[in-house]
Amino acid sequence: MANLFFLIAAGIALTAAVISFFRIILGPSVADRAVALDGMTIISISIITAAAFFLGRFIYIDVALVYALISFLGIIAIGRFIERGI
Amino acid sequence: MQILPVIGGLVSIVGAVFLLLAAIGIIRMPDVYNRMQTGTKATTLGSILFLLGIGLAEPSWFGKIILLIVFIVFTNPISSHVLARAAHFRGIRLAEGSVRDCLADDEAGEKGVCE
Repeated sequence: MANLFFLIAAGIALTAAVISFFRIILGPSVADRAVALDGMTIISISIITAAAFFLGRFIYIDVALVYALISFLGIIAIGRFIERGI
Repeated sequence: MQILPVIGGLVSIVGAVFLLLAAIGIIRMPDVYNRMQTGTKATTLGSILFLLGIGLAEPSWFGKIILLIVFIVFTNPISSHVLARAAHFRGIRLAEGSVRDCLADDEAGEKGVCE
């Protein structure tokens, strides 16, 4: 029962990640793509945590944490690059 | 049947619905700043609920889940701020129906309604 609920939630989150990926393809400017990438990585953190729950491995939470850290640094770097170039 | 994982599953579904609404907002909104608005706030709330649901289902993981939630709550506004600033100084215009741009007023030296 609970596993079914988590499966539905992970499916909805995966759909959301796919939908926001379309903005990366469509986006007219580079800032649109950066925003969509930001949203997609935040959604991916939830999906990784759901995968850790399904597989029953505590260590995958660390993967989600490091992924959040790297994506934050990446977005900061992209923002600086958009603002004043390399 | 244990009740706590079922409650956690329902909370996770609510969070996933918020994530889906955020993704639809990223697709549907008219300009960069509105997309940033949905893409940051709704995903923050959605991730908090989703992770909280998993933490309810596995109570021994709760400490690190809370750490992850705190990290998301701290870093998500910062990255949104950096992107909005970058988009503004890059010269991307607001959408048609926008009312006010306080940062542009500030640069022009006007004291508008924003002060």
